[in-house]
Amino acid sequence: MRVRLDTSALRQTEWHQYAIRFVFGGLITAAAGMIAMQYGPVIGGLFLAFPAIFPAGATLIEKHEKVKKQKVGMRGMVRGRQAASVDAAGAAMGSVGLFIFALLVCEFISNHRAWMALLVATAAWLVVSVLLWQIRKRASTMRRKTHSGFKVNHVER
Amino acid sequence: MSQIVIRFVVGGTVVSLFAIVGDLLKPKSFAGLFGAAPSVALATLCLTVATEGASYAAIEAHSMMAGAIALFAYASFVSCVMMRYQLKAFWVTICVMPLWFAVAFGLWSLWLRS
Repeated sequence: MRVRLDTSALRQTEWHQYAIRFVFGGLITAAAGMIAMQYGPVIGGLFLAFPAIFPAGATLIEKHEKVKKQKVGMRGMVRGRQAASVDAAGAAMGSVGLFIFALLVCEFISNHRAWMALLVATAAWLVVSVLLWQIRKRASTMRRKTHSGFKVNHVER
Repeated sequence: MSQIVIRFVVGGTVVSLFAIVGDLLKPKSFAGLFGAAPSVALATLCLTVATEGASYAAIEAHSMMAGAIALFAYASFVSCVMMRYQLKAFWVTICVMPLWFAVAFGLWSLWLRS
């Protein structure tokens, strides 16, 4: 499956769902700053990778997929759960990119221009995450082909 | 107080922008990458560099590596649970949250504390 833009999700999302993500994103950013002020940057830094809006995002995806299936007369419970699960698997790959982001910022922010270090680290997050996603996609496609090939051979015998 | 308000507004805006990009993309596994976007980190580190300096931001980024490992464990576990059991996404994502804290603070005590 190719990566594409789908604007229908924006039409499905209600304003309060955007507001929830804004508030949670704002709260965790403010909280990370306050924690760093209170307990130091070592503890504060942990919260830069806190899954603050993850529950809101996963719930939204589950709901959208369920509604889609219900429109064609199905319950959509399983599809909703699967979509949320796949989204979480994507986030796991993205978190490897996030680790690389943190590593690069840690190494370069002190001895280079800060904006440049952040820009390069963000680009690295995207490249690493997309690469991992492609590797996983190819591996699962190959696994599916091998599995279906095995089935054909098995039937022929 | 004003710094907290600035952090809230900048953080909320950056997180929302990354979330909207994630909403626009298909397939879902690709869009999921944006669930681990460095949105909070970008907002925080930009403000930290401006107020506390780059060395302070480097220490935060060092700890963030442990947070990212915890996020990997959290997202992987949520994905497995959602695929295997008939549970609602909201409750799974909330109930698995202690795993993030356990991994993050476990790594902090083993690796970052000294």
